[in-house]
Amino acid sequence: MSHPSAPSSEPALRVTDAVVGYAGRPVLHRVSLQVATGEVVAILGANGSGKSTLVRAALGLVPLRSGEVSLFGVALRRFRDWRRIGYVPQRLSAGSAVPATVREVVAQGRLTRRRFGRRPSTADGRAVVAALAAIGLADRAGDPVSTLSGGQQQRVLIARALAGEPELLVLDEPTAGVDAGSQEAFADALRQFVADRGTVVLVAHELGPLAPLVDRAVVLHHGQIVHNGPVPEPAGHHAHPDHDHVHPHATLEQQHSWVGSWPDSWGA
Amino acid sequence: MSFLQYDFMVRALIGAVLTGLMAPAIGIYLVQRGLSLIGDGLGHVALTGVGLGLLTHTSPVLSAVLVAALGAVAIELVRERGRASGDVVLAVLFYGGISGGVVLVSSASAQRGPSLSSYLFGSPLTTDANDLMLVGLLAAGVLAVALLLRPWLFAVSHDEEYARVAGLPIRALNLTLAVTTAVTVTAAMRAVGLLLVSALMVVPVATAQQVARGFTATMYLAMAIGVTAAATGLTVSWQLNTAPGATMVLLTIAGFVAVTVGAGWVRRIRSRQAEHPAQAEPHEVVLDR
Repeated sequence: MSHPSAPSSEPALRVTDAVVGYAGRPVLHRVSLQVATGEVVAILGANGSGKSTLVRAALGLVPLRSGEVSLFGVALRRFRDWRRIGYVPQRLSAGSAVPATVREVVAQGRLTRRRFGRRPSTADGRAVVAALAAIGLADRAGDPVSTLSGGQQQRVLIARALAGEPELLVLDEPTAGVDAGSQEAFADALRQFVADRGTVVLVAHELGPLAPLVDRAVVLHHGQIVHNGPVPEPAGHHAHPDHDHVHPHATLEQQHSWVGSWPDSWGA
Repeated sequence: MSFLQYDFMVRALIGAVLTGLMAPAIGIYLVQRGLSLIGDGLGHVALTGVGLGLLTHTSPVLSAVLVAALGAVAIELVRERGRASGDVVLAVLFYGGISGGVVLVSSASAQRGPSLSSYLFGSPLTTDANDLMLVGLLAAGVLAVALLLRPWLFAVSHDEEYARVAGLPIRALNLTLAVTTAVTVTAAMRAVGLLLVSALMVVPVATAQQVARGFTATMYLAMAIGVTAAATGLTVSWQLNTAPGATMVLLTIAGFVAVTVGAGWVRRIRSRQAEHPAQAEPHEVVLDR
């Protein structure tokens, strides 16, 4: 796919002085971030640090109180080329009891490329099969997603994003509460995407097997960027070499461990 | 099939089959979003349209389509805002709709013909050729939307945020679904009535989803259940001399109960067989590092 709309020198994502607040409570204070094409950036931070809000605001899912976002050099409000973006939300929406097969959910990823009322093309079919294979769920294609484990459901969501053949993949805590097998499958799929010159923005509580893929880490604390550079060594419990489990509900002590090791002067 | 020698019975059957086909086809999207009762509310609103049509001597079906569609758009805009007070707005709309309808229809039918209950609970046997033509056209439109737009409506009903990031026209799709729901309710008015149509939109889907594995399979199965229940209900009501619309709905519910009980048994038997670990999935948590 060629994309003549933006010169390649433009960053895939540029956030400038973003301010976001929910119900009067500020969540992001003038956050600025650039992600160049081909870069893999991890956005780290404790629960409530604003890391998910940052990517959700970057995609237009959360309104900015002030500041600007541009995708591939185009202001968010004018951006229409959504096929270049692949979004992986935190979890499959709980939804209703109407079943959906793995293949049906992954095929949603092709809608960015399909015309209204048209039947799926052979390219659509091939992309869905390839995405299912990439995350190791080809044998579950006909199963209802509700029968999959949490980690497998998370893999379905990345397959859905990959099926759209995006240039920028935005993942919101893709490995939170995910078993080790799924984390490895996830890392493999991401490695392949990065090898094909894809750009990745990844929100995470901790990186686990994804760490070697990451070029740069941005750490948020209380809605501000406190670190922007190499992946920091986690402090506290996280520093233990065998530490590889996840904390969907981290204790207060663990939440603070991300910032404990960085001096305040690193603040942006 | 002796009753098919009567033309009015043939027309009633065609109307019932169309209703059984289109109601679950659009109802599945409502069930998926947890809006199962919206069809019922739109039925209330449509009654005001019926009253307006009777008073102005225009087609009550067409005026009901218009009023219900306006109501559907209003409901969708309230839902989109996601206000906590939204359900109060809906209550006002629904009860206003049915009260306005009762007042208008009763003052209109003081002058002539059709009774209020024929709109509320259906009167398939009074379907004339013009009615059937109109219902056929509306049903064709509903089925075209429900089937041709399925991947898009499925995506937006399944995960609206994802659909937004995928660049789908969320609002246009939601409004299309809302208006199509209004059209379905009104087109089904003759066969099952405004107060019962919601059952045919929801119950076949609730039945099908217990045995189907995917969305498309659920949709087709629900449509098959809807058609079967509508045709059987009409036949049974002819033989037992019961109210046709209500008979269709009772049969649909009987099917739901039967499938729920049956599926429960099957699950219990399977889980008993699956006590051997060979049936279980391989362990996901392999810590081989």
